[in-house]
Amino acid sequence: MDEIQKTLLEQVAGLHEIPTGAFNIRANGQSIERNTTANIDIITKEDKQGIDIIIKPGTQKESIHIPVVLSQSGLTEMVYNDFYVGENCDITIIAGCGIHNGGDLASKHDGIHAFYIGKNSHVRYVEKHYGSGDGKGERIMNPQTIVELDEYSHMEMETVQIKGVDSTKRTTQAKLARGAKLVITERLMTHGNQYAESAFHVNLDGEDSSANLISRAVARDNSKQLFLAKINGNNRCAGHSECDAIIMDNAKISAIPEITANHLDAALIHEAAIGKIAGEQIIKLMTLGLTEAEAEAQIVNGFLK
Amino acid sequence: MLELKNISFQVSDDASNQKEIIKDLSLKLNDHTFTAITGPNGGGKSTLAKLIMGIEKPTSGQILFNDTDITHMSITERAKLGISFAFQQPVRFKGIKVKDLIRLSAGEQLSTAGACEYLSKVGLCARDYINRDVDSSLSGGELKRIEIATIIARNTPLSVFDEPEAGIDLWSFNNLIKVFEELHDTSDNSLIIISHQERILNIADEIVVIANGSIQEKGCKEDILPKLLNNTGSCKFYQ
Repeated sequence: MDEIQKTLLEQVAGLHEIPTGAFNIRANGQSIERNTTANIDIITKEDKQGIDIIIKPGTQKESIHIPVVLSQSGLTEMVYNDFYVGENCDITIIAGCGIHNGGDLASKHDGIHAFYIGKNSHVRYVEKHYGSGDGKGERIMNPQTIVELDEYSHMEMETVQIKGVDSTKRTTQAKLARGAKLVITERLMTHGNQYAESAFHVNLDGEDSSANLISRAVARDNSKQLFLAKINGNNRCAGHSECDAIIMDNAKISAIPEITANHLDAALIHEAAIGKIAGEQIIKLMTLGLTEAEAEAQIVNGFLK
Repeated sequence: MLELKNISFQVSDDASNQKEIIKDLSLKLNDHTFTAITGPNGGGKSTLAKLIMGIEKPTSGQILFNDTDITHMSITERAKLGISFAFQQPVRFKGIKVKDLIRLSAGEQLSTAGACEYLSKVGLCARDYINRDVDSSLSGGELKRIEIATIIARNTPLSVFDEPEAGIDLWSFNNLIKVFEELHDTSDNSLIIISHQERILNIADEIVVIANGSIQEKGCKEDILPKLLNNTGSCKFYQ
């Protein structure tokens, strides 16, 4: 792995060296390193690009790293990663994609992650996206996440895209069985002429299932963002979506929440707020000795933390 | 320490009529003084405090701080020179923790223990607050105490408090009086406190009464306080 790839790896997975536990590192379209454990198997797909990750029932406190780095300008790939999580597991999955594009051709990574989570299992899924390089070529990522939560399982999903991705279209679809719980926290910042779209489609099918979608977004310069959150309450359930966005410069943000109750006992809430940084927040930090620009940076960093 | 020379401040209303909030006001404060500013609502007290911090700029007049002309300086420059300002209605932030705000106020890498000390001074159990966001999960009274803690952490030659007692419960109010006494007794810093509370006026060295944008009276508390208290029915300041 070269220095650029190492830097990307550090940005998206916080990895300085080879991680412990199960992992699969993909660089420029190929799996370059892999480790499996007694409980976690990783198998290369034969019909298409990607891997199957199979987690044995009862696997506790194990982690899986599956970072992807692209440093070859003009590379385009579509990768399918399927996670089969057995019953009664408690695991952490750290994914992430870093693209360095120093050339003039667009580099693109489309990842489709599907999670089939067994009964009573708990999965924490962390995904970071990062782009770098001063080439004219665009850095494009279109992640698609499909989640199927079996009875009383629980998934926490944290996604972060702060820097350098020119265009992103993210879709997340989830289906929840009885007592299942889904919490998604999204942090997104766009700048320059970037475009980001994030669409959620959640079906609360099971009794007492619940979903909470929380999005914090900052759009600056001439960037544009679109947030779509669709929650269908098909049983006695609780659903909540929240989009909180800061708009700066000439940026544009649209938030389109949609909630549908198909059952009398479905309790659904949506909240969406878009606005510039409150002037009084900047003034308060200036009274502490920060310049206007420092105050703005502090507020944005805190908001996206 | 601080000198206001012929300060005026005008604003335009919806109909573009000029309204004078502060009228040709002059005031000189000496080093290490505790000055309480009082007077009726709408008299210009908060505006005066904002003019000192630079949040508002005067229409005319001059402001000197330790003989430096700060009239055209930004809020940041004044803060760096040594002026602090406690908001009447503290600002909420999503994602900024109490610890972050205290650390920014102290202007240095502050240990958790150091930040806790400031919170304890305003009667907050630090352990419960240090990692909380300064957002709407905090009550008005809690925010107010955190705001005062940020000013204590700044430890600047001049601190301006805009109605620090507003929204504070009685128990905390007793504490607050102690905080101001301690601030005054243990340093050479100066305090300006805008207040309607007799007990705060009572610990000040000097009281300034402002009404209709002008100073109605100024003097030591022994002279001013009895007049204020004896004339509540037909107080000449409050007419």
